[in-house]
Amino acid sequence: MSEQILRVQGLWKSFGGLRALESLDFTVSVQQIKSFIGPNGAGKTTLFNVLTGIYPPTEGTFEFAGRSLNGLKPYAIARLGLSRTFQNLALFGNMTALENVMLGRHIRTTAGLFSAGLRLPGMRREEKAIREEAMEELRFMGLENRAMMEATSLPMGEQRLLEIARALATQPKLLLLDEPAAGLNMRETAKLSETIRMIRERGITVMLVEHDMSLVMEISDEVLVLNHGKKIAEGGPKDIQRHPEVIAAYLGEEAGDA
Amino acid sequence: MSLASQLVQYLFAGLTVGSIYALVALGFTMIYNATGIINLAQGEFVMLGGLVMVFFTMVLKIPIVIGLVLTVLGVTIVGALFERLAIHPLKNASLITLIMITLAGSILFRGIAMCLWGKDPYALPPFSGSKPVQFLGATIQLQILWILGITVLAVCGVGFFFNRTLMGKAMTACAFNPLAARLVGINVRKMVLFSFGLSAATGAIAGAIITPITLMEYDRGPLLALKGFAAAVLGGLGSGPGAVIAGFIIGILESLGAGLISSGYKDAIALLVLLVILWVKPSGILGSAEESELKKF
Amino acid sequence: MKRKDLYTLLAIALLAVLYPLLVGGNQYFISLLVFLGINGIITMGLSLLMGYAGQISLGHAAFYGIGAYSSGVLTTKYSVHPVGAFFIGIFLSALIAWLVGKPTLRLKGHYMAVATLGFGEILFIVFNELSPLTGGPSGLSGIPSLMIFGTPLEGAMYFYLVWAFVILLLIFSLNVINSRVGRALRAVHGSELAANTVGVDASRYKVQVFVLSAIYASMAGSLYAHFVTFISPSSFSLMFSILLLMMVVVGGAGTIWGALLGAGVLTLLPEYLRGLEDFEVLAYGAILMIVLLYMPQGILEGMRSLLGKVKGLGSAAHE
Repeated sequence: MSEQILRVQGLWKSFGGLRALESLDFTVSVQQIKSFIGPNGAGKTTLFNVLTGIYPPTEGTFEFAGRSLNGLKPYAIARLGLSRTFQNLALFGNMTALENVMLGRHIRTTAGLFSAGLRLPGMRREEKAIREEAMEELRFMGLENRAMMEATSLPMGEQRLLEIARALATQPKLLLLDEPAAGLNMRETAKLSETIRMIRERGITVMLVEHDMSLVMEISDEVLVLNHGKKIAEGGPKDIQRHPEVIAAYLGEEAGDA
Repeated sequence: MSLASQLVQYLFAGLTVGSIYALVALGFTMIYNATGIINLAQGEFVMLGGLVMVFFTMVLKIPIVIGLVLTVLGVTIVGALFERLAIHPLKNASLITLIMITLAGSILFRGIAMCLWGKDPYALPPFSGSKPVQFLGATIQLQILWILGITVLAVCGVGFFFNRTLMGKAMTACAFNPLAARLVGINVRKMVLFSFGLSAATGAIAGAIITPITLMEYDRGPLLALKGFAAAVLGGLGSGPGAVIAGFIIGILESLGAGLISSGYKDAIALLVLLVILWVKPSGILGSAEESELKKF
Repeated sequence: MKRKDLYTLLAIALLAVLYPLLVGGNQYFISLLVFLGINGIITMGLSLLMGYAGQISLGHAAFYGIGAYSSGVLTTKYSVHPVGAFFIGIFLSALIAWLVGKPTLRLKGHYMAVATLGFGEILFIVFNELSPLTGGPSGLSGIPSLMIFGTPLEGAMYFYLVWAFVILLLIFSLNVINSRVGRALRAVHGSELAANTVGVDASRYKVQVFVLSAIYASMAGSLYAHFVTFISPSSFSLMFSILLLMMVVVGGAGTIWGALLGAGVLTLLPEYLRGLEDFEVLAYGAILMIVLLYMPQGILEGMRSLLGKVKGLGSAAHE
């Protein structure tokens, strides 16, 4: 049995009267690629927001590498090794691509206000290392030519890759990708798929929220299906595809729109 | 004077300034409700109300009632122009720019006032003579009754407008969800313009009625605005009744503080209230915590 | 440091060294640039706070005043050495900035603006009311000049002192901007949520840069006190806080050069408006409004984009 890196138990999240997540239980194993799918509004992004500390859960616990994350602020969670990308992108337009990725190294470095202002030797060494490590991540994502360009001036597909590069720079143990394939064409999606595999090979566990089913089915070890905030199925990709409730959830959604 | 009659004196003094703070707070609330921005030029509407009233009644010798109407009309137009020329063009600008533009407006109005009226304070005769009245052992200026009366009228008028008229409800809808309001056919642009006009009007009324007691000079605005804002936040930003009640509370606190503790620091009292409220409970006393979670603090 | 910044820095340093000679020792022109330097120090700090970290302070005159009164009161009434008073002023400003900053910087936009406004006003009232200590509205006089080796620092010597501070703080600021901390500040400006998620403790950095900007203002205040030897609360009023804000916004909040440019423009402008004092406030209001409506990025950016357009026209004409 492989080691668990994330354990979610009895997770509830309500916004006033709205139940976004209901009694959610699941685990993620180390170096697993686990996808979360479900119709729109199923609660997938809410789940990511709770896991990264943006919303506190209404009830329930979630443990990361044995540590409880309840009540921790987002930056503390990032420091522990849980990083994410955003569905609607959260790059800093006032910085270059390289600077965005260098920002990812923030939690692994220490130079403070005074050593920065006085440009002490320790700070200079650290800056050099940050720059090199950031370039490494850019190279890993194939974006080294974009280093000096303003982050939001890149095409959408490259911006998504850039955000992943930044998340990788934080040296995460667990990476949450929120719809990384949105707006990507087939070639880019194939490259993304390859990249996610390479990320796993680096020892990082990946949790994926996606609507692109071919991508999900291709790379996932396990898939968890959410509908109306509840888990309705969990298992290997093939099992999920045949699961009657899953089919109903997706088809029912379309029938309901009529 | 016995302590009791002293307290009555302070109470009335507090209610007097409190009326002004209440009206300023109401003005803030109206603009905030319609646009989500804090109008840092709110105090200048009061200042202009006082000085323009001085112009009409003292220079042009127009009777008080007509002068009051003209003053309110005049300052309302100023408020509307301000919205059209300075606020509306920047509706998509950053928050800092929006804050700065109302600040710029405040400075501009002050500058214009300084050019037209100079730096000296101006006086207005009380509306119905200066013979004071005795009440519970304290001496009360008749003007105070005017102030309280007109304030109550103005507050009720605004309240009626927002709760009973279609336009008032439309304005509230705009603040809540401008997109939805637009979709339902509400002209958001007009609502925003109207909110500025209405705020200018209430400010002008406040200025006109208080000048007989406290005089008025060109740079009274900022401190009034700060205290009025303190009241608006204390009462729960967005709540008209809350703003008014809080205005009176702050006025009384200030008056009691000035009388019983120290008059030099009296302005600091309202400001401390402002800071404490913002730091501790920005949703105010009458605001709900859930509502303020939705508002951006 | 980027090469462009280095060259600009060297140019400024060179001009500063030559300036007293260029104006032939004229005391009026020298003191004008002393005030420019002092204002520039405050606006550099404000630029870090507003331009890079994206926060707002409408009460910074308070910290300027704390520095000035610390130096003034301690050297006149308690015979503290000016250098000691200088550091005590910094410590006081930093402490108050930290205490006030923590709760205030949690607030968003308008509320932060008003809270800083209120704070600035409270300090102004305190300066006026603590008359036994500060001299009240009539001010504090007899502040000793700074001495070096027994001779008082005045005129051109004081100019060099102030501009040495300006250059050093400029270097410090540029270093901070191009560092891990600078990136964190810019991230906070971009999006606090995203910054937090990437691991930046936004609250902590906001307070840090607020404290830093307060320290800059305090230093400027001390330099001001020993230069003019007489201070009164009217120099630390709301109007000055707004003027400081205007310097940053008009010059261009986005960069530290913009802040210095703004300080330059708005320190020298009143000199041209001499005799038109009645219109001073009006002029400020009009300038601020025009800049916000038509050049919201500030004069520096406005000039840059104008130059860019001119160049574009030029190259189009060549084709």
